[in-house]
Amino acid sequence: MSTERIDDVSGISTTGHEWDGIKELNNPLPRWWVITFYITIAWAAAYTIAYPAWPMLSSATKGVLGYSSRNDVKNELAAAEAAKGKYVAAIQAKTVSEIAADDALREFAVAAGGAAFKVNCVQCHGSGAQGSAGFPNLNDDEWLWGGSAEQIQQTITHGIRFASDPDTRQSEMPAFGDIITPEQATQVSAYVASLSGPVHDASLIEPGAKVFAENCVACHGANAKGNKELGAPDLTDAIWFYGSGETAIAAQVRAPKHGVMPAWIGRLGETTVKELAVYVHSLGGGE
Amino acid sequence: MLDQTQVERLEAEAVNSAKTRQPLYAARKKIFPKRASGSFRRFKWLVMAITLGIYYLTPWLRWDRGAFAPDQAVLLDLANRRFYFFFIEIWPQEFYYVAGLLMMAGIGLFLITSTVGRAWCGYTCPQTVWVDLFLVVERAIEGDRNARMKLDAGPWTARKLVLRVTKHAIWVVIAVATGGAWIFYFADAPTLIGEVFTGTAAPVAYVTIAVLTATTYTFGGLMREQVCTYMCPWPRIQAAMLDENSLTVTYNDWRGEPRSRHAKKALAAGQPVGDCVDCNACVAVCPMGIDIRDGQQLECITCALCIDACDGIMDKLGRERGLISYATLSDYNANMAVATAGGSSPATPSLVRTAEGKFSDRLAHFHIRKIFRLRTFIYLGAWSAVGLALLYSLLTRERLELNVLHDRNPQFVTLSDGSIRNGYTVKLLNMIPEPRTIVVILQGLPGAEMSAVGVDLPPARSFTTLAEPDRLKMLKVFVRQPADQIEGTTQSFTFRIEDKADLESAEYTATFNAPEIAR
Repeated sequence: MSTERIDDVSGISTTGHEWDGIKELNNPLPRWWVITFYITIAWAAAYTIAYPAWPMLSSATKGVLGYSSRNDVKNELAAAEAAKGKYVAAIQAKTVSEIAADDALREFAVAAGGAAFKVNCVQCHGSGAQGSAGFPNLNDDEWLWGGSAEQIQQTITHGIRFASDPDTRQSEMPAFGDIITPEQATQVSAYVASLSGPVHDASLIEPGAKVFAENCVACHGANAKGNKELGAPDLTDAIWFYGSGETAIAAQVRAPKHGVMPAWIGRLGETTVKELAVYVHSLGGGE
Repeated sequence: MLDQTQVERLEAEAVNSAKTRQPLYAARKKIFPKRASGSFRRFKWLVMAITLGIYYLTPWLRWDRGAFAPDQAVLLDLANRRFYFFFIEIWPQEFYYVAGLLMMAGIGLFLITSTVGRAWCGYTCPQTVWVDLFLVVERAIEGDRNARMKLDAGPWTARKLVLRVTKHAIWVVIAVATGGAWIFYFADAPTLIGEVFTGTAAPVAYVTIAVLTATTYTFGGLMREQVCTYMCPWPRIQAAMLDENSLTVTYNDWRGEPRSRHAKKALAAGQPVGDCVDCNACVAVCPMGIDIRDGQQLECITCALCIDACDGIMDKLGRERGLISYATLSDYNANMAVATAGGSSPATPSLVRTAEGKFSDRLAHFHIRKIFRLRTFIYLGAWSAVGLALLYSLLTRERLELNVLHDRNPQFVTLSDGSIRNGYTVKLLNMIPEPRTIVVILQGLPGAEMSAVGVDLPPARSFTTLAEPDRLKMLKVFVRQPADQIEGTTQSFTFRIEDKADLESAEYTATFNAPEIAR
């Protein structure tokens, strides 16, 4: 054991550590500091009793307060659901048109529908609902199957050409490559393109119109304005689902693509589908 | 003349005197401030009454703002993010007013300190005011200085226990009332007080009361002067703020020294005798427990109670008041030069007095002119500039604002007739507590029309909407321009909103995007 060393100047004992002639004084820690230190030790011990802490063989001690962070999350989610309850109940009770007409309900439905859209719809329709070739833009004012809130709800609920839903939207444009000659296909494509813009060979338009009248008016109508009952698009406007221009139109005439959209009712439930319908309807093209 | 029998001499010693100065980790020396009386003490009572009055009563003042806003004069409505101060209502984005007020408080502190020293510390700092209040309780329960020292030194008896418990209980009550008053600034006071007592107030209210109770009791009752000496940064900063023309509480040793406890004997022995009779009254009354005769020091909060104590003694002795007084360093130095004959001798009373015992004409006295110097004018100018800027901004601020966010995904939408549509989130800020009818107008962008989600009107160049009182109204607005009138991929145009009733308006310049070939 070492003997106590005393600093000559201050009269305080030193630790014996010395650097360049400077000795470290062995002053006591401040009392408040020591007390705080002991309190933290006591606190830590009590904490391990009160809360889950000590690892055991297969789990850990549960703590006498029975605290669980999973329960916290469960309670917070339940509280969030409860907070939404008023709106959700109203959405369940009302039709989508009524929801869209009510400022507060619409705001809620647009927010909720927007969230659901980002999870379930953006994969095909894009994060801004702007679509792409073969996947319709939901912002614009052309609707294959109708753009009223109810029609949108119907489409989301049952899907399009979705085989396992008996109420799904169903239509199929025949592959006219097997029905008309390639020459007729070129002519009718020129005619259809001419309805919304200039074409390179105007002489094709007249025979094309004849082909159109014989084969296409049943679904697309005599004025080529389409038919939403059948999902037949308007061929006179500026919006083209599978691409604009004579070549793209000809390709669709010969061997049409048929997009499929799943029925969402089973996966999302009626409330979310309604919210989605109101959201899509609010994007600017809703009728 | 020098009959000192009527002066009570106190056994008081400064806690920080040079000969007993302790390292900072030493245990605290207890301080038992004696009650002072005099003009500064009366002034401090007045300041205490005013400051405590403001603190406790402000939340209960009412101010009529109509049906759509709370009627509490001063309210920090954190839940709704609105701040009310009498006729002023502030939204969170106008928080720069608070920044401005803080700048004014800072510069004001510089101004006050450069002129009259640490007046903030000595009179109006909450720490000082509450310690003063706690000392009132302590004196009422345990008696003045001597009684308290005796009680403290004595053994634990039933009486001591009762006195101590009573004192601390009253302190806790004051602390609870302090924390309790604080919460009323953040909610409707009459409603909240009912909730607090029925246990239905928000948990944060009780937590706030508990925290402020703890800090008030600890700082005001237990730690007292240690808060000023060890915790507060201001004593350190003050050195930069004080100069030779700042008034501070000063012991005028040019007339006090050499101090003498036995003046008659000393005089008889032919020794010089100053005015200080070394009665320690100035030390005994000091709430910081220091000796002002050691000179200006960072512990001194300039509460001026030592001036009161010393003036009382001087009155009894029939001498001029002001042995301890508010004085500037320059005056003090000038007078010291007189008293020490330019530093060539110790302070000599005969040099500052005439043969008749009056003060010499050569002594300097404080003149009000010293307050008006370049430095204080700069502080005053800066303080006024910030204040005027705030006032100007307040008087000319808009109460109707417009913010527009252009949709970026998608940037534009081609519609079936080839026209191009852009979407905007339009935010109307109605910042007055009255409902308003707002007209939204499209300026520029030839041929374009707009429609809004939830506004059931045909597309037009303008539409009318109702803005709720004191709320932000968010509108989804679609602007559509025919293909043949589109001029380039990026066009500038203006959203304008107008309130026809009070002619207030706001504008926002937005852009309209189109594809390179619109059709």
